[in-house]
Amino acid sequence: MDKVLLTGTIYTARDQAHKRIVEFIETGKELPFRLKDAAIFYAGPTPAKPNSVCGAIGPTTSSRMDRYTPILLDNGVKVLIGKGERSKEVRSSILKHNALYLVAVGGAAALLSKCIISCEVVCWEDLGTEAIHRLEVKDFPCYVSVI
Amino acid sequence: MKDINIEVIKPKIKLALTDLGTHIDSRVEDAINNAIFEETQSIAKDVLQTMLDNYRIARSENIPVCQDTGSVVFLLELGEELCFKNSLINLLHECVSEVWKEHQYRDSIVKDPVFHRNITKNNSPAIIHTELVKGDDTTIYIALKGGGAENMSALKMLNPSDGREGIKKFIIDTVLLASGNACPPIIIGVGVGGNFEQVAYLSKKALFRELQSTNSDKEWAAFEQEILTDVNELGIGPQGLGGKTTALAVHIETAPCHIASLPVAVNLQCHAHRITKIVLQDSDYDYFVM
Repeated sequence: MDKVLLTGTIYTARDQAHKRIVEFIETGKELPFRLKDAAIFYAGPTPAKPNSVCGAIGPTTSSRMDRYTPILLDNGVKVLIGKGERSKEVRSSILKHNALYLVAVGGAAALLSKCIISCEVVCWEDLGTEAIHRLEVKDFPCYVSVI
Repeated sequence: MKDINIEVIKPKIKLALTDLGTHIDSRVEDAINNAIFEETQSIAKDVLQTMLDNYRIARSENIPVCQDTGSVVFLLELGEELCFKNSLINLLHECVSEVWKEHQYRDSIVKDPVFHRNITKNNSPAIIHTELVKGDDTTIYIALKGGGAENMSALKMLNPSDGREGIKKFIIDTVLLASGNACPPIIIGVGVGGNFEQVAYLSKKALFRELQSTNSDKEWAAFEQEILTDVNELGIGPQGLGGKTTALAVHIETAPCHIASLPVAVNLQCHAHRITKIVLQDSDYDYFVM
């Protein structure tokens, strides 16, 4: 198993956001951000304190997103970041699309927040912590999950 | 009958809740420090070191240990001879909503579990259990309980003939199914006996025991150790990425039960173990991290 340090743009999306993304796809509505080649982080941060870029942030359980993940991969998502195991269906979809599933350490949210350079809500602010956030990360530690 | 003015304890409860967001139980930190030396795989060591670094950053920079600042669980052992002047229950809900606002902890509670999953925006209501105890002491146990490990908890009504092996199998199966989802190294709270709802409560209560303390009964204490050894041979390891450290402790609490029954509940707790207790004694309100 390899450890990797991510630098670049990732998007947060967890339960409610996944539900909404798939509703948009199924009804042909245009999403407010591009899924093609996107990295999705299953996370909902705490609110940022004054003078900090981002609140505490860390992975939530990936398997809750399993029912939506193949649809996201079919629409171009390339990297998934979360914790825990994936369903057989998701694993084969990851292989089919030559995508990646990365595991981040859960319960390490203060440390991970230090790797966030910028954080902004892209859409669906009504979902609170479950809104989609665009994160710029630097040296964000993950482990490459063996599928 | 002794009167307690609950306004006096409000700052204590708020301080305890505030500290819990950024501090884990120091015994977890000690246990992980020891576990690093036991691990041989580099990834397992690296994950444990990341956890330790995180605890330090959280504490020193006042950042939540985990983004999931949890649902708040209060377990109250209320002295029968006490009389509260105002509603203690209302005060607890109020403390949660105030602390969550003041410290920007995450609002993780939705109003309706199915039809209106809208967040309540103040993390209330808390989950409050009350037990009456003799005398005029009261203990308020508090936990911030994350959703990931709670989701992997399980309850089963076994047959009495399933016995100790049946109980062990159910616990092991629950831990295996949880794997990395529960953020190991985990603490395993187990309830055995009672009935359907009591066994779930016992499994939660077991988590409030001092970490790595043993059951007061020798036979049960030995069983706790046996299960812990077996769990740590499963190879799940820190964050489910392989290794020897899957659980830090197994705590079992028991109760008498019906001749037809053998209820078992397993309540899993992640390594971000945020618990404390406040003891109200002789009008002196002690507060300490367990």
